[in-house]
Amino acid sequence: MLKLSQTEYAAIRQHGEDTYPHECCGVLLGSVNLDTDTRVVQSVVRAGNTRTDSPHNRYSIDPAELIRIQMQGRKRGEDIIGFYHSHPDHPAMWSSTDLAEAHWIGCSYVITSVDGDKTTGKAVFTKSWVLYGSPDGSAKQLEEEEMIVQNPEQ
Amino acid sequence: MSQIKVQIPTPLRQYSDKKDSVEVEATTVGEAMKAITTAHPDLRRHLYTDEGKLRAFVNLYLNEEDIRYMQKEATEVKDGDTLYIVPSIAGGRG
Ligand SMILES: [Zn+2]
Repeated sequence: MLKLSQTEYAAIRQHGEDTYPHECCGVLLGSVNLDTDTRVVQSVVRAGNTRTDSPHNRYSIDPAELIRIQMQGRKRGEDIIGFYHSHPDHPAMWSSTDLAEAHWIGCSYVITSVDGDKTTGKAVFTKSWVLYGSPDGSAKQLEEEEMIVQNPEQ
Repeated sequence: MSQIKVQIPTPLRQYSDKKDSVEVEATTVGEAMKAITTAHPDLRRHLYTDEGKLRAFVNLYLNEEDIRYMQKEATEVKDGDTLYIVPSIAGGRG
């Protein structure tokens, strides 16, 4: 289960609209309870997409940027608990590339579909998938998890 | 020998007694990796292939520098350095 506030949820979706028709990506910081398999988001941090060669259908986060985000989070007692990216004109379902390139076992991978006319897009669905399996890459799978958006504004 | 800190990413902490970082003594990145996989043997198969090669998705950063652009595992470490183990974050549709 992934818990996040309405503000964080909106920030993730807004990022997808801002970078449309390119993919956006970012990091979810917070805490994880392994016993209940629950991740609680405390901050949403935007990251740059290093895949400038094919930004409409690929994303990648620079490890150096990830280290800086992690160091900032640590000061607030927050850890990396997941990532998010967008699918411009494509469903909020993980792709075979997403699964092949996912390596953070036990983390949430949030995907937002953004539909548009190739100039401006609107966030449609946001879904969260947890990566299960062994960190050596065997028996990996992404399973949809419940997403609880807390204190909704309406 | 230098005293350095190895930062463990969230998915691998179950193999490091839940520690987020481990202090090791080493003179190079390779020695630090050997020290940590000796202290926590379960980390080894998650970081290295059966042939002993670092898995392709595992990035090693000394402070904020990619060791691939330094002297790789022969890169020297000094007191107070932090070695980050960072699995890659990427994906795409289709
Ligand atoms: Zn994707």
